[in-house]
Amino acid sequence: MLQDRLIKAFSEGLEISKDLVTDELSFQGIQEWDSVGHMTLIASLESEFDIMFDTDDVIDLSSVAVAKKILEKYGVGPF
Amino acid sequence: MSQSTGQLVGKIVLITGAGRGIGRACAQLCAEQGAHVLVNTRTQDTADAAALEIRTAIPHARVDGIAFDVGDTAAVKSAFQAIHRNYKRLDVLVNNAGILRDALVGMVSESLFDEVMRTNFGGTFYCAQMAARLMARQSSGSIINLSSIIGRYGNSGQAVYGASKAAVLGLTYSLAKELGPNNIRVNAIAPGFIETDMTASLPEAKRDDIMRGVRMNRIGKASDVAGAVLFLSSDYSAYVTGQVIGVDGGMII
Ligand SMILES: NC(=O)c1ccc[n+]([C@@H]2O[C@H](COP(=O)([O-])OP(=O)(O)OC[C@H]3O[C@@H](n4cnc5c(N)ncnc54)[C@H](OP(=O)(O)O)[C@@H]3O)[C@@H](O)[C@H]2O)c1
Repeated sequence: MLQDRLIKAFSEGLEISKDLVTDELSFQGIQEWDSVGHMTLIASLESEFDIMFDTDDVIDLSSVAVAKKILEKYGVGPF
Repeated sequence: MSQSTGQLVGKIVLITGAGRGIGRACAQLCAEQGAHVLVNTRTQDTADAAALEIRTAIPHARVDGIAFDVGDTAAVKSAFQAIHRNYKRLDVLVNNAGILRDALVGMVSESLFDEVMRTNFGGTFYCAQMAARLMARQSSGSIINLSSIIGRYGNSGQAVYGASKAAVLGLTYSLAKELGPNNIRVNAIAPGFIETDMTASLPEAKRDDIMRGVRMNRIGKASDVAGAVLFLSSDYSAYVTGQVIGVDGGMII
């Protein structure tokens, strides 16, 4: 369930197919996840999980795998 | 019961430095126009007191106090996290908090420099950064930055203040470009000579000198600036971004 919500947030935030959302997907690994896409992704994750990231976490969130670890700090997870 | 008419009904509006002066006038006008206003001051007591005064003056006004020092980045961050927790959205940020510390350039101390830049520019920057993140979620918002005529044209004895207010303009232009695609508008207001505590201590001769340059022959009122803030907060300015509105009675025509 949580995993589905994470995939949905990534897919909607980056406007990519859900199939592309794997742990390995990383910042600048695809055209859509550039710095502009990153901010939309952050908004999408924050809305989905009703949280507000610290700026350091916004900067550090560099892959789906890292996103899971960061989300756990905000009480979302474990995945 | 909350108010159901006005230009800002349904909008959550945060105004920094709203305990007195221009910020207070903005808070009052936005509350009159139906906004749910978050009044920022540096302590919770003063914030609550300001909110209560406005609620007492305006029946049905929705006004809450929120305390933080705009120059304290950690406090700014927690305040915006609290706004997210309690209100879920932010429609308008008015970056009004500011300080004036005059000094000839040879007498500018490091602490004066740091205090003015941290409050006037740093505070504006960090509040805008956090606001932009809240507004990006709802794909709408208006950020209004209080610059100054001094940020555009400079003034002797105000090198640091002028630079801090010019920095606010650079920030405004850049954010307007960056946040436009998210439907977040960013504009600045550059007041001229407005009657508040900030200008109250000016020597008579200096006042007279400034007044000679004001074509409309009167000193501005805080409510004059609040009118421009209302315009930029409302949907009447829905297609206005990256602009600087001078509220100066014709000082720079
Ligand atoms: N008055 C003018 O002629 C004029 C002209 C051009 C631009 N402006 C700009 O307009 C804005 C408002 O000016 P004003 O004339 O209303 O000034 P003011 O009467 O001196 O009020 C300034 C407000 O900012 C607050 N403030 C200062 N530092 C703060 C901080 N670190 N955190 C939170 N709040 C803080 C003050 O709170 P406290 O009560 O706690 O001190 C006060 O409420 C300023 O940005 C100013 O530079 C004014």
